[in-house]
Amino acid sequence: MKQYFINTWEGLWTVLVGMKITFKHLFDPAVTIQYPDVKPTMPERARNRLFVNMDDCIGCDQCARACPVNCISIETLKSTPDDTPGETSQGKKKALWVTKFDIDIAKCCFCSLCVYPCPTECIEMTKVYEFSEFERNDLIYKFAVLTPEEITDKTQKYDEFQAAKEAEKLAAAKAKAEKAKQDAAKKADDNPDKKAE
Amino acid sequence: MPIKTEEMVLNMGPQHPSTHGVLRLELKLEGELILDVKPHIGYLHRCFEKHCEAMTYPQVVPYTDRMDYLASMSNNFGYAVAVERLMGIQVNERVEYIRVIMAELQRIASHMVALGTYGVDIGAFTPFLFLFADRERILTLFEETCGARLLYNYMWVGGLSHDIHPDFVRKTKDFVQYFRPKIDELNNLLSYNKIFVERTANIGILPADVAINYGITGPILRASGVKWDLRKNDPYSIYDRFDFDIPVGEGLKGTVGDCWDRYYVRVLEMVESLKIIEQAIDNIPEGDVQEAVPKRVKPPKGSIYARFENPKGELGYFIISDGSVNPFRVKVRAPSFVNMEVFGELCKGHFVADVISILGSMDVVLGEIDR
Amino acid sequence: MYNFLIDIFGSPVIAFFVAAALPLFLFILPYALIAVLAERKVSAHMQDRLGPMRTGYHGIFQTVADILKLIQKEDITANSIDRTLFNFAPYLVFIGSFAAFAVLPFSSFFVGSSIDIGLFYFLAISSLVVAGILMGGWSSNNKYSLLGAMRSVSQIISYEIPTAIVVLTMVMLTSTLNLDTITNQQTAYFWNWNILGGAATGIAKFLLIPLMFAAFIIIFISTLAEVNRTPFDIPEAESELVSGFFTEYTGMKFAMFFLAEYANMLAVSFLITVLFFGGYHSPFGYLGNSLGIEWLVPIEQGVWFATKGLTFVLVQMWLRWTLPRLRVDQLMTVCWKYLIPYSVAILLLVGFITLI
Repeated sequence: MKQYFINTWEGLWTVLVGMKITFKHLFDPAVTIQYPDVKPTMPERARNRLFVNMDDCIGCDQCARACPVNCISIETLKSTPDDTPGETSQGKKKALWVTKFDIDIAKCCFCSLCVYPCPTECIEMTKVYEFSEFERNDLIYKFAVLTPEEITDKTQKYDEFQAAKEAEKLAAAKAKAEKAKQDAAKKADDNPDKKAE
Repeated sequence: MPIKTEEMVLNMGPQHPSTHGVLRLELKLEGELILDVKPHIGYLHRCFEKHCEAMTYPQVVPYTDRMDYLASMSNNFGYAVAVERLMGIQVNERVEYIRVIMAELQRIASHMVALGTYGVDIGAFTPFLFLFADRERILTLFEETCGARLLYNYMWVGGLSHDIHPDFVRKTKDFVQYFRPKIDELNNLLSYNKIFVERTANIGILPADVAINYGITGPILRASGVKWDLRKNDPYSIYDRFDFDIPVGEGLKGTVGDCWDRYYVRVLEMVESLKIIEQAIDNIPEGDVQEAVPKRVKPPKGSIYARFENPKGELGYFIISDGSVNPFRVKVRAPSFVNMEVFGELCKGHFVADVISILGSMDVVLGEIDR
Repeated sequence: MYNFLIDIFGSPVIAFFVAAALPLFLFILPYALIAVLAERKVSAHMQDRLGPMRTGYHGIFQTVADILKLIQKEDITANSIDRTLFNFAPYLVFIGSFAAFAVLPFSSFFVGSSIDIGLFYFLAISSLVVAGILMGGWSSNNKYSLLGAMRSVSQIISYEIPTAIVVLTMVMLTSTLNLDTITNQQTAYFWNWNILGGAATGIAKFLLIPLMFAAFIIIFISTLAEVNRTPFDIPEAESELVSGFFTEYTGMKFAMFFLAEYANMLAVSFLITVLFFGGYHSPFGYLGNSLGIEWLVPIEQGVWFATKGLTFVLVQMWLRWTLPRLRVDQLMTVCWKYLIPYSVAILLLVGFITLI
């Protein structure tokens, strides 16, 4: 019987206590922000959309290998000595033309593992967090600056260079072989006795 | 003439407001009485363990984030320590302190979600939003430190991805100060509320021996009165240096091991975590947090099982290394998965509404169950 | 009022329709618009949020926008429903809650129908909602809906008993069932309100005050349960039964249920106002009387009535955003083991007091 009245009392009292708390909160300022009108401020270490500074990229493929979800795909082309991609801002010589540097941001898991291994610090996570698209393909960010013509041009150049090199090599090899032959012949001429033996 | 009655099969989930994700419960009902419960899992399976075999060791870390996504820091922590033990890396003091502080903050954040969503399950929406607003403060601390709010990839093998933010110590102290009275407010608003007590006390009682037999760990086990906490019983990192209690269920409002105890143990654990943070925050030594990060994570041949006290229970990593850069096998003992097994047992003989309160008190995360 | 309308329109038939439609368009629809917004705003501010902010200043047109959206929505119905019952249920629910307003005295000038069995009619007609809910839940052919409907029916029927007993107490005290008469017994100042002992004098008044407070709390709780509000919203318990009996309803049919819920909230708040808080009477006398402007008095009365009623609606909202919800069997426990014994005790005690 006593429990009965205790229950009644507890029921009413705890409800009143709860109501007091919610009533107090009625006059507290809101903790939310009016998002599209008021943008949240991002801390300086915020990890959002990836950005690649192509001027600095040397096409070393380290970020692509570090990525756990394979969202970065890089294709490179070797440069020719007469037409190099130049230098990075830190004065490092670039040896490769980056013909393709695609980041599929839809796959990206924002772990920032790609940022750390980069030797030239050209890939970074920015504070941009609004990048919805209507088309899924628009989420593939293409960072490579070369136009297709340029790429074919560079490919051709490289092929020519390679062919020239190959030819040179071939010539050199031929010359070498010739020389070796001559040498051998010479040797043979020098030591006819030995040969006879 | 007897009335012909039939059992009713009710599919709760996978799209249901309070199955905490994509859990499907097959309830066999007689009226509103539960005869049998069959949990169906696997709707969120992402092949975590198989994926790991194709990843290098550091690449697995972001994947561990996504298991128990409410306690990513703790998952990172466990994985990092496991691989470090496998490789024999000794990290410096600063890293240890920061890791412990982060893990305890994460424990508070995880319990906040657990308590808040439990309130929603019982029907009280307001405490949920209060707790989420407070959780935002923790997430902001994390965001300032590592740049991400939910999936941190913060604890690396051999160190941390970033040193703490210069403001971190001050802000964490502020948070501890701020949060203490909030726990009292939560208690007054929800924990001691008569309706809430009625809904949770004496519901889904889990006796200690059953809990142990099922391999239950974490707050659920402690609510059943078993003083078992890996931070004390098998200390890892530097937990043996701190002074804190292990709260256990005492059956204040009902029986030991009921839903209210499971709820209240989490409230008390938040207080204990605050204690640990307070002790650790002033003693962070100087040092380089990436000092011990190996250039190439390539553990020697061998295997290791390491276990950690996650907010949800014992998180175990069993890692087999074949000496290459990729783990040969990463097996995870997910606490939610093991804790889920006892669910059917607990629900029998209760009402439909109790299924929700029992499930809420288990605090399962489907990302961890399915992996 | 009715005679006045007959004078204006010259035909009793037109006057009849106008008198019937007037409270709907004058009061209930604007009220529902405001109440839904108020609910959202109150809940938001209690939770340290702002609530709807984008339609108009601080989102004041949010409900209008919602209604426009609901009107445009496709009326989706599942294949295996019982179509007749399914379509009829929302209207029945709405009729039930709307018809209850007929007997409420809004002001001395505007009483829908001053019938002698007003209280009885009110309780009877608001029970019509049960039939609608059961129809809706059953015909949806959805297990959640069915469970919700069953819960709802058992809940509403059970909670009618404490309501009825408290009403009976008040009938004993006031010896009338006519809501208009009850209101007029509590005229003049607030110490004449029934919650403060009504028109009783001397020691009886002081004995009545605690009993009346208890009776008020009981009827408040039980009417809260009758309108399916938290902590008694288990018929639509979203965390268990998705949306309970109206899970399958969309568009305007859903809006009907929604409107009925809010109309019901207001109706029971008005009932409490009439029974305990002096109905449309001002607690301090009227500005119109002191200024000698006679036509102002009924308007003032209307404002007072609305204020009192809306206060209770706000308290209902406040409770909703504070409390968890009960379980089905606990709900019954609260009703049968707590509210009914207490209300019977109050009934007996009030009976004794009125005898002496």
